[in-house]
This record gives sequence, C-alpha cells and structure tokens, in this order.
Amino acid sequence: MPDPGRIALALTLNGAARALTVAPTDTLLDLIRDQLGLTGTKKGCDMGACGACTILADGRRIKACLALAASYDGAAITTIEGIGALEAPHPLQEAFARHDALQCGYCTPGQIMSGLAVLDEHPADLETIREAMSGNLCRCGAHPNIVAAIAEVAGL
Amino acid sequence: MSDFQYARAGDVAEALRLGAAPGAAFLAGGTDLLQLWKAGVQSPGQVIDISRLPLKDITAADGVLTLGALARLAEVAAHPAVHPLIVEAIAASASGQIRNMATVGGNLLQRTRCVYFRSHDLACNKRSPGSGCGALAGENRQAALFGTSQACVATHPSDLAVALAALDAEVEIIGPGGTRRLGLDELYRLPGDTPEQDANLAPGELIASVIVPAFAGRSTYLKVRDRASFEFAVVSVAAALRVEDGRIVQARLAAGGVAPRPWRLRAAEAALTNGASFAEAGALAIEGAQPLADNGFKIELLRRAVVRALETVGGAA
Repeated sequence: MPDPGRIALALTLNGAARALTVAPTDTLLDLIRDQLGLTGTKKGCDMGACGACTILADGRRIKACLALAASYDGAAITTIEGIGALEAPHPLQEAFARHDALQCGYCTPGQIMSGLAVLDEHPADLETIREAMSGNLCRCGAHPNIVAAIAEVAGL
Repeated sequence: MSDFQYARAGDVAEALRLGAAPGAAFLAGGTDLLQLWKAGVQSPGQVIDISRLPLKDITAADGVLTLGALARLAEVAAHPAVHPLIVEAIAASASGQIRNMATVGGNLLQRTRCVYFRSHDLACNKRSPGSGCGALAGENRQAALFGTSQACVATHPSDLAVALAALDAEVEIIGPGGTRRLGLDELYRLPGDTPEQDANLAPGELIASVIVPAFAGRSTYLKVRDRASFEFAVVSVAAALRVEDGRIVQARLAAGGVAPRPWRLRAAEAALTNGASFAEAGALAIEGAQPLADNGFKIELLRRAVVRALETVGGAA
C-alpha cells in the first residue's frame, strides 16, 4: 500500500525515465544521493552558498540543495554521472584534468556542471567566466585553473 | 528540521485558499524558504507550491513593463523588453544557479540576511518577537542607517527591489478580497514595534506581478559589497536621470543595504532637478542617517556611492 505521506514524482534522470516517491521535505540533492545512489553530486554547505550540488534541471544549472524535489515533477535532471564516464569523459572533464583544475576534488562535479551551463552562454572572455562561476567555491583554491579549463573548451 | 506537508496549487484561487491557512508558506523558487527552513528560522506546517501558476509572463505594452511574479530572475534579465536598470540589478544578484531558480516575487519577499535573524538561537524580534534585538548592541556592521527602531535594525537584501523602487514600480497583489496595487516602497513595512512582519501583505495574499512604468533616461546600478560577486550589498544605489538641454528634468535615486526597505532618496532627487550638484545630492542622501557602533562607515560609503552613480549616469558634474 502506498505511503500516504509520500509524493509521486516522475523524472527524467540522465536520460532515463524514473517513477519515484519522495517525502515532502526531500530536496533534489537528498533524492539524487540518498535514494538514487548517485553520489557524484556533492553536499557541501547545504544552504545554496558553495555550489557543490550543482545539477541541470531542464538544461538550466540549479543548486540541488535548495530545490524541493516535489516541485520538480516532470523535470529532466542531469547530474555529473550523465555527462561523461571514465572511458568516455566529456571534453570539459578532460580539460579539468589537463589544467589540474582541482586538488581534493569535492567541488569538481559542481564546478563541471556549472561550467557546462556557462559554456552554453558562450562567454566572451575570462572575466565573464570568473563572474559566471562565482556560485561555485573551491576551498583548495583551484579557481584560476578551473577558469582556464572552461576557457579552453570555450575556445578562448 | 521540522516536517511539513506539500501541496501544489492548481490555480490561483486554490493557492489563495491554501495559503490563508495558519502555518502555510508559499514556495516559488524555494531559494530563501529552504534556507530559512533548514536554519530553523521558519517552520511551515504546509508548503504551497505556486511555481506552476500562470504568473510568469514578461510583457511590454505602451512602454509599461509587466513582470509576472513567478518569472525567474534569469529569464527577466535575458528579456529584451526589460529596463537595463533591472537587468543590471539582477546581474549583480546572487549566483547563476540561484538566478535560474529565484522568482521576482520571491526576491522581493526574501527575508533579511541579518545574522541574528538567520541564527535560530540568537535574540531577534523579527524571528522571535519579544526576544530582543541582538544586533542593536552586537554585530551591527551590516545594519541599517534609516528607518530602524529599537526593536529591529535589519536591512532588506534585495537588489531588484532597489532598482524597481527607483523606477517607481508598483506591485499587483491578489488576495481573497480581489486585487490591489502598492508602490514598491509601500510594499515594505518599517519595523516599529512589530518587526516580525516585513511586508504589507495579509496571510494568503500573493504578489501577482510587478508593473514598471516607462522611464526615458539613463540609469545605473552601483553595488558595493565585501567581495566582487555572489554577495549581498553593503551599500547599493540605483540612479536614473533624464537630462534635457543639459538640465536634469527627472532624477530617481534609491539606496539598498541601508534600510528595512529600498530607500528612496527623495530630497536628493528634488535637489537635482533644482540644479543641485552631484556632491550636494550626495550630502542630502545621508541626512538623517542613524548609525550604530559598527556601521557608521556606511554613511560615507553611501554618500560616495550616490555621487559615483550620478557621475556614471550623468557624466562628471
């Protein structure tokens, strides 16, 4: 018998249709990590400040920690697992490796998901990339290399 | 974190009905509500999801711009009919991710960033009436200069509201009794003895749209903050001037980060149209400021920001 406290939710997750139920209080971040087991999306501050949880919802980058899952019924969600794999990385993932754009790596999935959205906006210069990436913090201080990796893929 | 129930409003009438219930909170983008809920500042019994209501349109007719309350900030900033002052204020707001989520109405109704309000265990009359104002004799570097009371010295954090105030925008409000309009700065209450209520809205009332009249002139939004991006204003100024034959015929100035609502600098506006210099306008802008122990620097910062913004719009005077 279905739990009356749970809410039915249909999502397209990394291209695959999923029928789920969630608690009213679940965020997309909780859903993705704890229920679906996709732990590439990270929980950093859990308050919208750090960007480690950045995902795409209907092609737009959002912070999964501030997204109430029930509100995203019908959305197409893309996480870091949906953009590349070890044997076939996305060009931005390759650029991050080439530019040494990380140390501990915790913020990297969020940086890459945010960087993908920035690339879609065709940034004109490095300053535009820096400003556009201000919602993703890197405690290791890899920001210059992160900007360089995005710039390379942008053809700057 | 407290539990809540979730209901998605199918239409505006249902939203008004559900939203009038005690303990109900409207959810649009959720970027502020989820922070408040996680911090234990707000514990709604029922979250009413209004994000799918048909209040998202951005339209322009006869120079009058209408922003649906549920339009996302990123959509507003990208729309060709939106006034450049609004675009600038949004570009200076939050981060790319947040601007994709946050809505116009939610931005206007976001709660203060005062640390005493945001910490569930510190004294704050806005969060917990009667508990005192911790900022009054505590950490008050960010506190307001104008419009405060002994009960509350918090500022309103919206950049968009400052730009809209300078443009003489109005909000259309829908409620059980029908629709009504308020000027942008009438939307907000000064704290007085009841700082717990930020806005002149009754339970269950919704902002439907923001109406922005035409302004034929140049404008700028100057935001001064502790870091270059993704930070709230210490002080901000929205300035708009209409200049004819070398004379200022219309001046609009609003400041952010200095009051519980966007603070129109009407004395400075009037002086500018009577031939005052930008320096004189800057001096008028800070008249009546009431600093606390740690925020006195904002007075000079505001004066200089007003002059800088006017020079940007009007050229060096």
